[in-house]
Amino acid sequence: MSEYLVNLKINNIPVSVKEGTTILDAAKKLNFNVPTLCNHPDLSVAGNCRVCVVEVKGARLLAASCATPVSEGMEVLTNSEKVRTARKHVIELLLSEHNADCTKCFKNGHCELQDLASEYRIGDHVFIDLVKAKDKIADISSPSISKDDSKCIRCQRCVRTCDELQSVSALAVVKKGDHQKISTFMNKPLHEVVCTNCGQCINRCPTGALTERTYIEEVWKAINDPLKHVVVQTAPAVRIGLGEDLGYDPGERVTGKMVAALKHIGFDSVLDTDFTADLTIMEEGTELLTRLKKALVDGEKVALPMMTSCSPGWIKFQEHMFPDLLDNLSTCKSPQQMFGALAKTYYAKKKGIDPKNMVSVSIMPCTAKKFECGRPEMRDSGYQDVDYVLTTRELAMMVKQAGINFMKLEDEHYDSIMGNSTGAAVIFGATGGVMEAALRTAYEIVTGREVPFTNLNIMPLRGFEGVKEAKVMIKDVKPEWSFLEGAELSVAIAHGLHNANTLMKAVREGKANYHFIEVMGCPGGCLGGGGQPIPTSPEIRSKRAEAIYGEDEGLPLRKSHENPEVIQIYKDFLGEPLGHKSHDLLHTHYKPRIRY
Amino acid sequence: MENKILKKVDYIFQESSINEIIDVVSKTLTKSPDDIILDIIDSGLKGRGGAGFPTGLKWKFTKNEDNPVKYVICNADEGEPGTFKDREILDTVAIKVLGGMTICGYSIGAKEGYIYLRGEYNFLLPKLNKIVDDFNKQLKSKGIDFNIFLKSGSGAYICGEESALFESMEGKRGEPRNKPPYPAVSGYNSKPTVINNVETLVYVTMICKMGVERFKELGTKDSRGSKVFSVSGDTPTPGIYELELGMPLADFIEDFGDGDTKAVQVGGASGHCVPRKHLKETIIGFEGIPTGGSMMIFNSTRSMYNVLHDYLEFFNEESCGQCTPCRVGCQQLLKGIESVKKGDRKPQYLDELKKLANTMKVAAKCGLGQSVANPFNSIVDNFREEIIY
Amino acid sequence: MSNIETLIKTLVEKHGKTRNSLMPVLQGIVKEEHFLSEEAMIAVAKELDLSAADVYGTASFYTFLDTVPRGKNIIRICKTISCHMKGKDEIIEALEDVLKIKVGETTHDKKFTLLTANCLGWCHKGPVMLVNDEVFPEINQQKAVEIIEGIAKASK
Repeated sequence: MSEYLVNLKINNIPVSVKEGTTILDAAKKLNFNVPTLCNHPDLSVAGNCRVCVVEVKGARLLAASCATPVSEGMEVLTNSEKVRTARKHVIELLLSEHNADCTKCFKNGHCELQDLASEYRIGDHVFIDLVKAKDKIADISSPSISKDDSKCIRCQRCVRTCDELQSVSALAVVKKGDHQKISTFMNKPLHEVVCTNCGQCINRCPTGALTERTYIEEVWKAINDPLKHVVVQTAPAVRIGLGEDLGYDPGERVTGKMVAALKHIGFDSVLDTDFTADLTIMEEGTELLTRLKKALVDGEKVALPMMTSCSPGWIKFQEHMFPDLLDNLSTCKSPQQMFGALAKTYYAKKKGIDPKNMVSVSIMPCTAKKFECGRPEMRDSGYQDVDYVLTTRELAMMVKQAGINFMKLEDEHYDSIMGNSTGAAVIFGATGGVMEAALRTAYEIVTGREVPFTNLNIMPLRGFEGVKEAKVMIKDVKPEWSFLEGAELSVAIAHGLHNANTLMKAVREGKANYHFIEVMGCPGGCLGGGGQPIPTSPEIRSKRAEAIYGEDEGLPLRKSHENPEVIQIYKDFLGEPLGHKSHDLLHTHYKPRIRY
Repeated sequence: MENKILKKVDYIFQESSINEIIDVVSKTLTKSPDDIILDIIDSGLKGRGGAGFPTGLKWKFTKNEDNPVKYVICNADEGEPGTFKDREILDTVAIKVLGGMTICGYSIGAKEGYIYLRGEYNFLLPKLNKIVDDFNKQLKSKGIDFNIFLKSGSGAYICGEESALFESMEGKRGEPRNKPPYPAVSGYNSKPTVINNVETLVYVTMICKMGVERFKELGTKDSRGSKVFSVSGDTPTPGIYELELGMPLADFIEDFGDGDTKAVQVGGASGHCVPRKHLKETIIGFEGIPTGGSMMIFNSTRSMYNVLHDYLEFFNEESCGQCTPCRVGCQQLLKGIESVKKGDRKPQYLDELKKLANTMKVAAKCGLGQSVANPFNSIVDNFREEIIY
Repeated sequence: MSNIETLIKTLVEKHGKTRNSLMPVLQGIVKEEHFLSEEAMIAVAKELDLSAADVYGTASFYTFLDTVPRGKNIIRICKTISCHMKGKDEIIEALEDVLKIKVGETTHDKKFTLLTANCLGWCHKGPVMLVNDEVFPEINQQKAVEIIEGIAKASK
């Protein structure tokens, strides 16, 4: 954007903004709020809902303020009679093609269209109801995402998300005119197409057209069943997101209150996915070092770079788009699934509970985890390892349903076992976090010293750049790792599947000589996951990241291999990383899927 | 047909050989690009697709863009109901269009020109391919660095909207873009682009051939030159006519009506409906009702409800669907007049619909949605009873 | 490689492996196959590195890029105002009668599909009918039936 300033007046107040600024942003600068629907800070400009139209003096047409750059001497009115009439018409038109059965909608109270209708007091529905009966039947074929066309307002945010942020394009605009709609290839159900279940479309859907498949009722039923022992695990990013749906500003850490709320809700045991995040580091770190040894010492052909496997959206993306690179994926299950497999084996044994009476619930910032828990590979305990996955948003709903005054809760601690964790596990929630945690441990295993970064904070791995790269020189190693002496470990990090796609193309073409790659399917990593509170924006995600790194710094232990429960489980149950038991319970395989 | 009142002229469809046109082009290209553009500006030529933007200015803006790649595009996606002149031009005097494109290319600094031909006119392709091939060869032999290509549409009215046409050429859904940027800055492949109507490009050749002064003698001050009209409906003499601009509609009906004319739809489905009582004061030209050339005549046997219903059905199907006012507005207007006709809604509902049409006029993203108010309001205002009863 | 894949390879070679080629490639398939099958759209998506949904979304925008099976000959009757005034309804009736199908349907022998179209650009010579790329202006019931019967005979 140019540095050249443009002078204009908005509602008769002069303002100077940089050339290229939109009228919408200029108005924001003066604290004039112009409503929008198709506009989203993460996406390209569409200018198609027309709810943000404003009057520009002297112009025949109203201007879509989101799509119109300012010009010198422009005089803009954001709330003239002409604007109000048009804006109300647009809202009324959208309502006329929208199934406005709000009380039955999952998004009731969290709907941008509902908010606008309320703001403009759209009373009588002037226009004819255009909702087609057949559109009222939602597509619930996917275990993660529900798609209800009768609530769609064609803003195309989901289509742009799926394309621009995720490079998946499972969703597209199809047909035209009165038949235009958002659909899939040949209108197939979501579970039959390339959808990765990432849920980023849900995060950006202004209405209830795209929502998570909810399992709240099933979980309540389990909790209220006296025969069931219900354990719950919470992912790293939930504790820094949940507050947003319960009255806090973005960036608030609510770990203790969340644990307290889960106990109030009635879970028999409140445990932490962070425990298995630490465990993942042990397994995955060892796997990386093993692969490097095989390649460098034994001269074996192993798939490098090795890639992380924590993010189920990313895994399904890879299965569809880069099936030729599946061997590069770490065989480690995601922390959620490691937890599930251990809950119904290790935990059950230690607590003397029959696993068949256990219900394993996880709270995730993620919708893809709902799909992941149902994968046929994820039954290594002899049962479905994780029974129900709820999003951060669903947990917030349960907290409200339970009548808990969240903000007034006293902090409580996770139960044991499988409730202890380190700062290394917490940062799994941010892009680059797995890599940072892995390096903290692997470097120390190899050299016997801490990573050479101030206060363990590996800054080059942090931040929201699309693809990050870093190199770590390995020197003065322990004797058993002598083959790594003087090696330069080269790593890369991508978040959001668009960036992953770019990186994978480079890997496929042999242009990316890394040893280890971390990929998270969602922008910003899990903190920007498809199950996190809505809305999302770069600003909100960066506040969540600050909270995550704050949580890490505040913990006494910050290296996975120092987690006492991790040390204990290897001693009591698993033996050693990549050992026989680990292989059975903590590792998995992937299957190629068709892209088309 | 006997010429009673109207000044009929015959420039457009005068036959020209390829050599003749190559001569006009060669001669014109001895001038500087700036001089040619000045001539076109001076001629007063305005776009013949319907919007009437001054052609020379379009060229000037595009020439001023500093970019090594620019394009000339001939918009042959004629789809406005009631308009069929471009087909006739391409069928009979396509060579003049190619001449105009080449002159434009030289003037703005473009080396490639494209004709986007609507899919409904695919039958013209064998003929056009040959003419274009021959023409390209001639250009090459004369050392003129310009090449023309043909692209086909596939049945989407909206692709006649210039930015939708670019999208379609880029292999996408024909959805109009936000403006600005305008084509002169960012058009096909996001490069500076001049996009002109078929007929406009013929006038370019004509102006270069006959000279600016001669061209300026045609038509009126505001509406320079002649214009090809597509005449259809209740007329004994439907067809294509080249007439001077600036005539009163009454004179036109005197010549073309069947003696029982009730209304004329000027400018196609997206144009205005003029009832008999307003024929005298209505001028056809940029000072009155501008038109892409479509004149549809209706006599007293026709139901104006059916006419409007047909138009609205057309817009319902041909709206690209991306913007709310057009996608939903068109459906509401259509369903609205149906419900008034059936008696489900009171006649006053038509006034709500007119307000809605006025919103579409100012809030829709492109010309399609913006112009639906033209037929809607003019028909509802002048033939309200026919809509209700 | 299936026939359709070979056809698409040839089309992509001719028009180029870029998004800009999508329309001519799809048009080329429809010319041969009369519609875009799932298989065809998938093959195009692969060749041009697009998502299948994107190809379908683009194709379904265009009336002439059908994504449902069509007959060898596609008849389109102009339904817009001038042709309406000149009796397109009667033409449609006559053709429905002789082909024994309704508008939107395809004959059992897959020879004909009967469709309507928006303005075909022959308002002065309505009613008008398009059969594949060929135009038949100023038809009446009898002429329309004769034309179709002629095509049926010729393709026997």
